[in-house]
Amino acid sequence: MSANTSKKSALTWVVHLSVLALVLLWLFPTAGLFISSFRTADQIVGSGWWASLTASEQTIQLRTGGRDAAVQEGDLYVVEGNLLTDEDGPGAGLTMSAFGVSSRALGAHQIGETAEFSDGEETLQLNADGSYRYTSVEEPGRRGQRVFVNATTPPEFTTENYGTILFSGSGQDNMAKAFFNTLTVTIPATIIPIVIAAFAAYALAWMEFPGRALLIAIVVGLLVVPLQLALIPLLRLHLGIGIGKGYLGVWLAHTAFGLPLAIYLLRNYMVGLPRDIIENARVDGATDFQIFTKIILPLSFPALASFAIFQFLWTWNDLLVAKVFLIDATGSTTVMTNQIVELLGTRGGNWEILATAAFVSISVPLVVFFAMQRYLVRGLLAGSVK
Amino acid sequence: MNPALQGLITILVGVGGCVGYFYFSNRILDTVIFPARGDDAGRNINRANMVRPWLFLAPAIFALGLYLGYPVFETLRLSLTDRTQDGAFVGLANYGQMVAEPKFWEAMRNNILWLIVVPAAATAFGLLVAQLTDRISWGNVAKSLIFMPMAISFVGASVIFKLIYDARPAETAQIGVMNAVWMSFDGGAGSVLMLKILPTLILLTFAGIVGYVIYNFIKPMIEGSRNNTALMNVARIVVFAFGAWLIWKSLSSVVSVWSAAPVYGQPQQWLTLPFWNNFFLMVVLIWIQTGFAMVILSAAIRGIPEETIEAAVIDGANPFQIFFKIKVPQIMGTIVVVWTTITLVVLKVFDIVFAMTNGQWETQVLANYMYDKLFRANDWGVGSASAMVIMLLVSPILIWNVYNARKEMR
Repeated sequence: MSANTSKKSALTWVVHLSVLALVLLWLFPTAGLFISSFRTADQIVGSGWWASLTASEQTIQLRTGGRDAAVQEGDLYVVEGNLLTDEDGPGAGLTMSAFGVSSRALGAHQIGETAEFSDGEETLQLNADGSYRYTSVEEPGRRGQRVFVNATTPPEFTTENYGTILFSGSGQDNMAKAFFNTLTVTIPATIIPIVIAAFAAYALAWMEFPGRALLIAIVVGLLVVPLQLALIPLLRLHLGIGIGKGYLGVWLAHTAFGLPLAIYLLRNYMVGLPRDIIENARVDGATDFQIFTKIILPLSFPALASFAIFQFLWTWNDLLVAKVFLIDATGSTTVMTNQIVELLGTRGGNWEILATAAFVSISVPLVVFFAMQRYLVRGLLAGSVK
Repeated sequence: MNPALQGLITILVGVGGCVGYFYFSNRILDTVIFPARGDDAGRNINRANMVRPWLFLAPAIFALGLYLGYPVFETLRLSLTDRTQDGAFVGLANYGQMVAEPKFWEAMRNNILWLIVVPAAATAFGLLVAQLTDRISWGNVAKSLIFMPMAISFVGASVIFKLIYDARPAETAQIGVMNAVWMSFDGGAGSVLMLKILPTLILLTFAGIVGYVIYNFIKPMIEGSRNNTALMNVARIVVFAFGAWLIWKSLSSVVSVWSAAPVYGQPQQWLTLPFWNNFFLMVVLIWIQTGFAMVILSAAIRGIPEETIEAAVIDGANPFQIFFKIKVPQIMGTIVVVWTTITLVVLKVFDIVFAMTNGQWETQVLANYMYDKLFRANDWGVGSASAMVIMLLVSPILIWNVYNARKEMR
């Protein structure tokens, strides 16, 4: 019996650990982007984002004072100062562990030692508080000597990138306009299909008429029709009737593409509502319109919420529909997904810009996701064709 | 006009228009066309009730017909005509031109790879997580975190994974995780373990699972069970051939894993490695879709009757037997639904490839190929033809769904 129990608890531990491992594996990619968006360009290029969480030992390059700071003492030129607190220094409080005077011999000297340069004419003494004494036989150069200091730097983050992306950036680096464009696309494209689909779903769920089963089958079929087929015919239609590329076109397209799922979800939900309520209302003389607005709509709130979340996430995250129906040659109506793809092309190496831009675009769906997850799950369970 | 204001007006006009339409059309129907008073009151009420469903349905039917029904036929027509000849009918010339292009076959090959790997991997991971989190106290938190990528756009996910695959020159620090890990391999024992033994184990496990599945599939044929129709036998032989091919592929991959001599200490441009880069792109979609599979399968596992599991425990089944022999068969229907739903997503995958490689380095897929033809080459004929190929690939699932929905409604 005891062997059995211990085996069982060992298995429980394995389960806990493997779930933990999977969760970390799934969070890891997003965490990388999130943390990178709070680092400066130099930090991102200097070390992997995973190194930024702990105090890390890094080699930083500093400079002594140049010719202007040099004082002649006998036949030596001497420069004195403080590497940490001088202009361009990283500030006091840095813990130095070692230093070097050549990029080929990093950390060759202890703090407090006097290092001799390879040409034999220069020396440098560096103390723990950052003060140094540099001597040279020849007159020093204008920019001073490079010193490589091994130092432990505490984790350091900045919100500067968000300032750039949301407010101060110029051209493609500024996402503010794209953010509002996305919002402008999303909200009508979420609300309008709900209204249309709710009425249709009510008719399909609670009204008797010939052809109802066929219509439901058609809706189920349209659920899987790839919207790729619709691109060229509808773009031609929009251009033909004068809508052109613009918000109206993208609202109409999103509305129609969202309708099959909306009707399907809402019908499935409405069919499950108790028959008695509706029949009692009919007996009391309520019209279908009244039944729909006074009884069905309030009761269907969970299904309406699920669909609204789906449609919101889908329209917010969409790239293809916006590219085809909305964004014209001027690019003034660009949405965030499109701007990020363009940034990937032009600023492929500037991770501080890319990561922040992507996170600005991701953050809104994430907030919606965590706030309304319950409805999302419910909608998923109802919406997958059984 | 300010787009925000325009948006607000659209919401008001759209919602107000819809509600107004429904309200007034009902009023007109009840008071003007078929008034419920006078001699014909009874007949008029009946007549009005016959018309009313169509009033409720009209906007939806109009939108669906115009935006989803009409394009199917229009695309079919466009794929049979040539835009440069003023829309003259050219028969199957566009299809012929498409089939002659190597890029199309590359897209087809990659799409098939995607169709095999992504639904299988996402469903398997989803099932694993659903089972593991079923009985633990913080299961809901874990599920919520694994579900999270569902909210992230394909474009956002592409940026996330581009950072992971990033490569820097060898002498500087690597900021992409993949290369940071790769650079830590030096050909020693750790490298052999991670790069030879681990992939071998994964491939052998995969081959074993495929073998087990096809064995179960053809078993009735060998044993000559009663419900052996010719059609089923053909299907079994097709599945067997496909499975055998998969096993052959994975075994030959084991050989190539051991014969490969990787150059250590060189950062890799992961997205430009032909063939393998497809898998690096698929990871993005698997990462997103696992949460979906997990949510659905988790609910299915919760729905399994407790008695069946208790009976198995009493009979002395171990946890693995309970999982594979009791739970999985009972949720097989849901697994199929999850699988087909992810298959649909895969068939339409566009954003990930568009944002990460744009089909370069042999990563083209059908949806991106179609976009290329339609909007870069402006070749509507071939573009529509490739859209029809996607439609053709989707249609078995379409028919299956409609068939099931009708069966359920009876």
